[in-house]
Amino acid sequence: MSDNVLEVRHLRVSFDTFVGKVHAIRDVSFALRRGETLALVGESGSGKSVTCRAIMRLLARNARIDGGEILFEGENLLEKPMREIRHIRGGEIAMIFQDPMTALDPTMKIGRQIAETVTLHRRVSRAQARARALELLEMVGIEEPERRYHQYAHEFSGGQRQRIVIAIALAADPKVLIADEPTTALDVTMQAQILDLMRGLQKKTGTSVIFITHDLGVVANVADRVAVMYAGKIIEIGTADEVFYDPRHPYTWGLLASMPTLETGGEALYAIPGTPPTLIDPPQGDAFAPRNAWALEIDEILEPPMFEVTPTHFAATWLLDPRAPSVEPPQAIRARRREAGQ
Amino acid sequence: MNRWIKFIAQRLLYMALTLFIIASVTFFLMSALPGTPYNNQDKLSELQLAMLNAKYGFDKPLFERYVSYLSNILHGDFGISLQFSDQPVASLLGSRIGPSIQLGLQAVIFGTIVGTIMGAIAAMKQNTWIDVFCQLFAITGRSVPNFVIAVLLQFIFAVTLKWLPIGLWDDGFRSSILPTLALSISPMADAARFIRTEMVEVLSSDYIELARAKGMSDIRVAFTHGLRNALIPLVTTLGPMTVSLMTGSLVVENIFAIPGIGEQFTKSILSNDYYTIMAVTILYSTMLVTVIFLTDILYQLIDPRVRVEEKN
Repeated sequence: MSDNVLEVRHLRVSFDTFVGKVHAIRDVSFALRRGETLALVGESGSGKSVTCRAIMRLLARNARIDGGEILFEGENLLEKPMREIRHIRGGEIAMIFQDPMTALDPTMKIGRQIAETVTLHRRVSRAQARARALELLEMVGIEEPERRYHQYAHEFSGGQRQRIVIAIALAADPKVLIADEPTTALDVTMQAQILDLMRGLQKKTGTSVIFITHDLGVVANVADRVAVMYAGKIIEIGTADEVFYDPRHPYTWGLLASMPTLETGGEALYAIPGTPPTLIDPPQGDAFAPRNAWALEIDEILEPPMFEVTPTHFAATWLLDPRAPSVEPPQAIRARRREAGQ
Repeated sequence: MNRWIKFIAQRLLYMALTLFIIASVTFFLMSALPGTPYNNQDKLSELQLAMLNAKYGFDKPLFERYVSYLSNILHGDFGISLQFSDQPVASLLGSRIGPSIQLGLQAVIFGTIVGTIMGAIAAMKQNTWIDVFCQLFAITGRSVPNFVIAVLLQFIFAVTLKWLPIGLWDDGFRSSILPTLALSISPMADAARFIRTEMVEVLSSDYIELARAKGMSDIRVAFTHGLRNALIPLVTTLGPMTVSLMTGSLVVENIFAIPGIGEQFTKSILSNDYYTIMAVTILYSTMLVTVIFLTDILYQLIDPRVRVEEKN
């Protein structure tokens, strides 16, 4: 068996809309190794959520998968009939949603919502499912699970609800957990608690996690590897250290430079100029070129391939081509490199 | 359990108060109606009128009549109908209320269940021919008057096919089938339209996506998580709909020659039959407040968010 529990190869997804065909995912490939946490980072519309919904086969009706493969344990999910997909959904690959306030059924006891997932994927009696649900509630840190089992979503706080959503996701011991911005809707203290919880649970269960976020601060805390997405593509991927301390793509530079650090003093925070391109008619060259202060002429004409920086670190920028002029990354990035060198 | 007893007791008290107010207001409004119960009044002499008024107690001051009427109905005496000689109102209505209530309830239950299923399927198969068919049915059902449907049903199933009785109330349940069907079209159409709209909204909510992400089949998602949430708002519309069907089936009752209560009410107003008007009003109001009370309880059972809070 390979090291990769999940592998996405050359995935292309588009949406049919009134204004035209939106190419939301343009050739995305990555692999998720057993037991690791891979963060998918990018701004809104970069395609992180669509990638994950494609893996879950939960895309909207107007979505079309134009090509590629999604291999789970070596089998292509895109070719499986819906019946088999339903076994994998929730059973092998589970998902944590962004907004815990709306993710739970308001009219069903939360205990039943957890037990339901257990019975869907395991041959267990009602009592066993209930026992498992109680165990899960305890595991995610809900106190007095016996009493809480019979309560409804509105009787829980936002953080508690997210714990319950996590419990539902873990109910059938999935091999892959996709967390779609699980802390975005929570306040900062809650975020920290939920992240702690997820880290602890991952250590215990050994689940592989895809962590979608636009918050680089969160990434530093949870991820083993980081993939940065821009305009429907992965533009840089590497270990967390590589991406944080030795980023190579100008877009990653921009993201990191716009992140406040403890050293950030009175000066204004950096912001990447411009806005992402519309994906109805994707640009011919590098999609980031118009916003890129380091753009080369070739960026306008030809999309850069993935250049290997180290065996684990790749970035799609012409700056890595041996023929490219050598450039100095911005001050904030040089500071990071120095920090890492120490 | 305790909170339920308290809740119910409180609501019963309010219901009694509501009925008292309705009865009082109707009583005084009704005595302000022009005309008298005597249809040949101009031929009656002063003396005859005075004797009749004395017989029925209309010579006493209004307030005294009001007090004695209230005390009478509390003892179960709804007075004597003025349309028929010496027929007590209670027995007049008592024999007619049964068919009306039965038809109304049957129509609401059958119509709502079928309509809900249609609406749910339409929402799941959005923008397919099934959806279009259900919507067409709903629009037609809402706009065609129920007496047209009644006559059509009568023609098809009673006259042509001879499967069911053409009218009257003498063949038990079989007599009630056609009028129930005729009456159920409108609640069916309403429920179908209502549930479709609600379901479309519910099915696009996050918890439905979560349920699908759990690995449930679409049908199971729709019925365990979707329908329950879509049904909640429908419950509020059920109460008034039930009452209007139990009471307002005048035309359909006439078409099928069913001795119901709707017909009696109209007659009693036209003939200034005070006691029958009062009795029917009180009866309708009682039904309405009871049904509203029951829907409130139902609402609490299916929607945990509005449940009576347990106070420690």
